[in-house]
Amino acid sequence: MNVKRHPPYRRPMTGWWKRDPFFMRYMLRETTAFAVAAYAIVLCVGVVRLAQGEAAWNGWLQALRSPLSLLLHLVLLIAFVIHAYSWFQIMPKTLPMIKMGGEQVSAGAIQRTGWSAAAIATVLVLALAAWWQS
Amino acid sequence: MSETITKSIVIEVMRYRPEQESEPVWERFTVPYTDDMSVLQGLQAIKDDQDGSLSFRWSCRMAICGSCGMMINGKPMLSCQTFLRDFAPGPIRVEALAHLPIERDLVVSVEPFVKKLESVKPYIIPKEPRALAQGEYLQTPEELERIEQYSSCINCMLCYAACPQFGIDPEFTGPGVLALLHRYNADSRDGGQAERMEVLNAQDGVWSCTAVGYCSEVCPKGVDPARAVNQNKMNSATDYFKRFLLPGSKRGGKP
Ligand code: SF4
Ligand code: FES
Repeated sequence: MNVKRHPPYRRPMTGWWKRDPFFMRYMLRETTAFAVAAYAIVLCVGVVRLAQGEAAWNGWLQALRSPLSLLLHLVLLIAFVIHAYSWFQIMPKTLPMIKMGGEQVSAGAIQRTGWSAAAIATVLVLALAAWWQS
Repeated sequence: MSETITKSIVIEVMRYRPEQESEPVWERFTVPYTDDMSVLQGLQAIKDDQDGSLSFRWSCRMAICGSCGMMINGKPMLSCQTFLRDFAPGPIRVEALAHLPIERDLVVSVEPFVKKLESVKPYIIPKEPRALAQGEYLQTPEELERIEQYSSCINCMLCYAACPQFGIDPEFTGPGVLALLHRYNADSRDGGQAERMEVLNAQDGVWSCTAVGYCSEVCPKGVDPARAVNQNKMNSATDYFKRFLLPGSKRGGKP
């Protein structure tokens, strides 16, 4: 019998990230990384303005207090929390097996450690800012 | 069969018959079922009673051989381990594993996967030759624990169907094979790490992984391929810097 072998069919990947809620959460993690980059740019601008002298620096501080800037910061804060959450979710998958007291450290414990470190860093920064203001 | 069949469920199957269709189409079958029937048995019922041309793979029917992987309502699953009753009243959609090229109906091409599997030398390469008289290689429970989980892989490729990165770039070595690569590298009896490093370090090796992590969610054997892949990014980076800083040093030495 003459059997003709057809090349296998490849399905297109268009819209793949909409196929599963898991992929949408992944895309959210990836896109919120842009918020991190955006905030880094805001801070870099501050450093540049500082180098340009007192007037420029004060202008930058003033701009930060504008309603538009406050709104931007709120959006960035939400994006940061989402990013941190999704990042801590995947963190256990990036580490080798860790043993403590003969027991394997669980994924939950790794995530809790991540959150604790983030919480401590936040409190420290806020305390430092409060102390500097007073 | 233990009970009389009174219920039926609609199974929508993705058909692809290359001599007949240029792209896959859906076909509906109404299948009488009992509570103890798996999705695979549902397909077998179709093949026996309604359309003998329906093509799919299976072998063990007990979640061991890895042949019967399919997308069931959009999720990669072993059809022998998934029950029709959980999808009642249906309809239930069954299609070939995502991201893998389809040969016919639910049968995907495994050739590229097997080639990748071979490329990582998935067997123990002894550190030094050992005579039979010297007895077996011994391993402590702790050394076993380091590889045990990763050695549970049944090559079902569900993780490939879960990996969009592999869908976009079919050259990516992919979760299952990289997990097996790690399984042998991490084995205390193995000395073949240097030979596998090339696959691991390559652009299509661990660095193509963007840590989506769905592979570990769908693995029916709890292998956690995402962890195997991502912890090896560190091993790959260490290997690079070692060779960069100490050019004479041996490639991929055990840490
Ligand atoms: S790692 Fe899990 S999902 Fe991937 S091939 Fe092996 S058993 Fe299947
Ligand atoms: S038939 Fe063997 S895993 Fe399902």
